[in-house]
Amino acid sequence: MSLNAFVTEERIEGAEDGPLAGRTVAVKDNISTEGVRTTCGSEMLADYVPPYDATVVERLKDAGATIVGKANMDEFGMGSTTETSAFGPVENPAAEGHVPGGSSGGSAAAVAAGEADLALGSDTGGSVRNPAAFCGVVGIKPTYGLVSRYGLVAYANSLEQIGPFGETVADAAELLDVIAGPDPNDATTQYGDEAGDHPANAADYADAADGDVDGMEIAVPTNLVEGADEGVVETFYAALDDLEARGASYHEVELPSVEHAVEAYYVIAMSEASSNLARFDGVRYGHRAESDGNWNEAFAKTREEGFGEEVTRRILLGTYALSAGYHDKYYKKAQDARAWVKQDFDEALAGADVLASPTMPTPPFERGESLDDPLQMYLADANTVPVNLADLPAISVPAGETDGLPVGLQFIGPAFGEETIIRAGSALA
Amino acid sequence: MSDSPVDPEEVRHVADLARVDLADEDVDRFAEQFADILGYFETLDEVPEVDRDADLVNVMREDEVRESLSQSEALANAAETDDGYFEGPNVS
Repeated sequence: MSLNAFVTEERIEGAEDGPLAGRTVAVKDNISTEGVRTTCGSEMLADYVPPYDATVVERLKDAGATIVGKANMDEFGMGSTTETSAFGPVENPAAEGHVPGGSSGGSAAAVAAGEADLALGSDTGGSVRNPAAFCGVVGIKPTYGLVSRYGLVAYANSLEQIGPFGETVADAAELLDVIAGPDPNDATTQYGDEAGDHPANAADYADAADGDVDGMEIAVPTNLVEGADEGVVETFYAALDDLEARGASYHEVELPSVEHAVEAYYVIAMSEASSNLARFDGVRYGHRAESDGNWNEAFAKTREEGFGEEVTRRILLGTYALSAGYHDKYYKKAQDARAWVKQDFDEALAGADVLASPTMPTPPFERGESLDDPLQMYLADANTVPVNLADLPAISVPAGETDGLPVGLQFIGPAFGEETIIRAGSALA
Repeated sequence: MSDSPVDPEEVRHVADLARVDLADEDVDRFAEQFADILGYFETLDEVPEVDRDADLVNVMREDEVRESLSQSEALANAAETDDGYFEGPNVS
């Protein structure tokens, strides 16, 4: 059967020469492409054709890449399975009958099936690493501020980064070299003291994929291992033993704050979503409902018709969390938890080069398994969301299989420590 | 979670604030789910107060005219336009 990895299959040719000449790339459908519709997996934007390119798309074209299509995704990036797309669910090419993970499931599936050499996704709480793990490919979530978000349809600005997929760590790192860098159109890209002094200028990510882990110190946060499935834990420790045989060593650490990361993440992400998605009013772009009513009534009807269930759920919960009387109870507490998570990670990384954990606590779910219980789906992101709260970089690499299903291993590094996590990951894939 | 404040009326009120119409059956289902999810969010009460050392810098540039979308490009995705303007529903 068809994987349904793409919402729109259309070739966009890049420059003739460049570091990605001859390579094909799938671009997640929440990243704007001039003249090619960008739907975010939503009925709301089914006919939306951006009049400009996202910065990362400009960089792909300049690097000579050929874009082969817009990859299917959970609607507006909200989901962990790529089953909430208005354009139908995506099949997992590495584990038929199972979900590809989400929300960048189309991007990961396209690479896993060889329908594209490379892909771009976006990671708000694990949306690059989770599908990379479930589809048996490599995905990198860059440090917040390394890659421009200009032209990415915003869901939760303070958390999300565009990130690369590849079959190998070297492939993904090569794509990161192309997309990383400052952007005057995105004030959240990182500058140093001097304008234009961006960490990517002094880094070569592809060069760092040399597989050399001799002398590397790895910390394993026990809080991110204890709840995982037995088969996942076994595969994870077997991969660590492999690294140990190649000169790395590891020790365990406790990170008490991560026990509250999922709550904090969803409160912040939903709050930002409720605000960001207010722009979809059916007036300037997007679906517009037939209505004889006044502005409020037409607005509400447009949004009922345009948004799927998960998006509506998050807008409502975000509106609730920010409403008078509840702001201190939910949003302010979530910001405290975010600061606590950052502090915990900083301390653990003071005594190690990288942290390692299973990317997902379970192997890929069967299709349809988690849709009826949103809370169960939210809990699946427990190992990836803390990284977004702490603004840190992380990579998911294939670690092996359990019962024939892919297991991903996550390395987390210090801010702008992409070269270190790429080096660690390249020892495995 | 029976002490949760989320009843169907509350869901309707929030949907109204968020400008999203909801079918009746959605209201009841959301009320149940929200009780679960918000009950789970309440475990944030166990989080200690933490100093936040935000390390932010403003990035400024001269306020100058630069290339931008043309008026027709900006209007290209609108369902209804009139004489170079977006046309929306009546406000009242």
